[in-house]
Amino acid sequence: MSNKTNTANTLQYKGVSCRYKPHETDVLENISTEIPSAQITGIIGPNGAGKSTLIKATLDLIPYQGKITKPDNIAYIPQRKDIDWDFPISALDVCLMGLYPQIGWLKRIKKEHKAKALEMLEHVKLADKAHSPIGTLSGGQQQRVFMARALIQDADLFLLDEPMVGIDAKTQELLFEIFQQLKKQNKTIVIVHHNLITAQNHFDHVILLNKSIIATGPPEQALMSENLNQAYQ
Amino acid sequence: MADFFAQHYNMIVILLSTTMLGISAGLMGCFLVLRKEALIADAVSHATLPGIGIGFLIAYTLEYDDGRFIPLLLSCAALTAFLGAKSVQYITNHTKLHPDTAIASTMSFFYGVGLILLNIIQNLETGNKAGLNSFLLGQVSGLTRIDLIMLFTVSVLSILLIYINYKTFRLLCFDKTYAQLIGMKTKITERLMLLLMILIVCVGLKTVGLILIVALLITPAVTARLWCNTTEAMLVTAACLGALSCAIGVYLSSLYTLPTGAVIVMTSFSLFCLSLIIRKLKHV
Repeated sequence: MSNKTNTANTLQYKGVSCRYKPHETDVLENISTEIPSAQITGIIGPNGAGKSTLIKATLDLIPYQGKITKPDNIAYIPQRKDIDWDFPISALDVCLMGLYPQIGWLKRIKKEHKAKALEMLEHVKLADKAHSPIGTLSGGQQQRVFMARALIQDADLFLLDEPMVGIDAKTQELLFEIFQQLKKQNKTIVIVHHNLITAQNHFDHVILLNKSIIATGPPEQALMSENLNQAYQ
Repeated sequence: MADFFAQHYNMIVILLSTTMLGISAGLMGCFLVLRKEALIADAVSHATLPGIGIGFLIAYTLEYDDGRFIPLLLSCAALTAFLGAKSVQYITNHTKLHPDTAIASTMSFFYGVGLILLNIIQNLETGNKAGLNSFLLGQVSGLTRIDLIMLFTVSVLSILLIYINYKTFRLLCFDKTYAQLIGMKTKITERLMLLLMILIVCVGLKTVGLILIVALLITPAVTARLWCNTTEAMLVTAACLGALSCAIGVYLSSLYTLPTGAVIVMTSFSLFCLSLIIRKLKHV
């Protein structure tokens, strides 16, 4: 039984390469690594290193070569720029989207679903903003709405693309707190991140990436200056 | 009361059907606006013209209804409209061109083919070609019983389908990546949305006309967006505005014998301007 739980949230890459158009060069080259389950992993590298591409390949959003083993239930928080913040929708409605597979595609949202979503918004300290349009929230509050949507999915693996960009320190702290809680619940968390200083303190495992893997391991080891020089040259 | 209904039976039936069209177009328009695909509706409506020509020529050759067999005309219109939408998609996916460029070129090509076909039809010796022009600008006085039945049925059906699929449509417009991720069949939902838009455009052709129908889809939704902060409120408001524009437009155009499509569009745009002014005054 314990063996089963361990494999349920395994994320493993075997010889994964990616390119957007057939005649272009690879954005990712021969990625082979295993992401430790029930830990917080940071994917770190310079702009254009293929960090987001790796996440997109993991989600089957772009074609790739090689093999990716992953859990079925994945929660994903996109980059802020991928969302239309003018969309007429409330924080509660965004959070409820995480329950759609449970509710059923053509079925109506019931009171119990709304209660559950409200509870989740409370968890990210946003209960008072449940009925506010997402466009009126601050950057940090918006990110917390998406965190609530990811949490309500009750996924095994959490993928977050630059979740700390453009948000306040209080929200950053809250998010790292939530990651720790998830870790205790045996969930795997993978975060695309660019701040090397916070990376040292908050991640159990780091993948230093620039097209191919430069280093992996605990942050103090993977983020040694010679590795960083190689990645950011 | 009964007398009133008997006297104005035609007008009531026409108003009822066109109001249903206004509701369905208003609802559909919201999703087009939210997906930032308003112009696709223009490409689709212009791409119906070759279908109307082809439908007429088929019915004419088969000597059926003198060529103007509406179900066949509209089916062919829907088919070429679908081809138009697919061409836009193909050009956008397989070249570096942006959707606006793809739409502009596709729209004019299909419209051009349609005009050539209409020209061929005008030069035919027989055939009931009168009234084909109403597809361009819309004319309620030309609506037959079968037109009204189709208009009413398709509009009500679209309203029902939008009501049932509202949740998935909204998710698709808001966050397609997430929709795919949590297991939604996004391709099917996208096709259903396209199909609904084509159906609404096709049945609305004779009332609003293919040149202006994009405005009936988009303007109520845009006006509603000015007032509403939730998708539900936007849908309800757009549906009401669409219904109102159609009802007023149809009534005024029949009163003063004006092209219906033009009056509907002017009504709907006036409501938009009025909203803009009220909102501006409120913020002063």
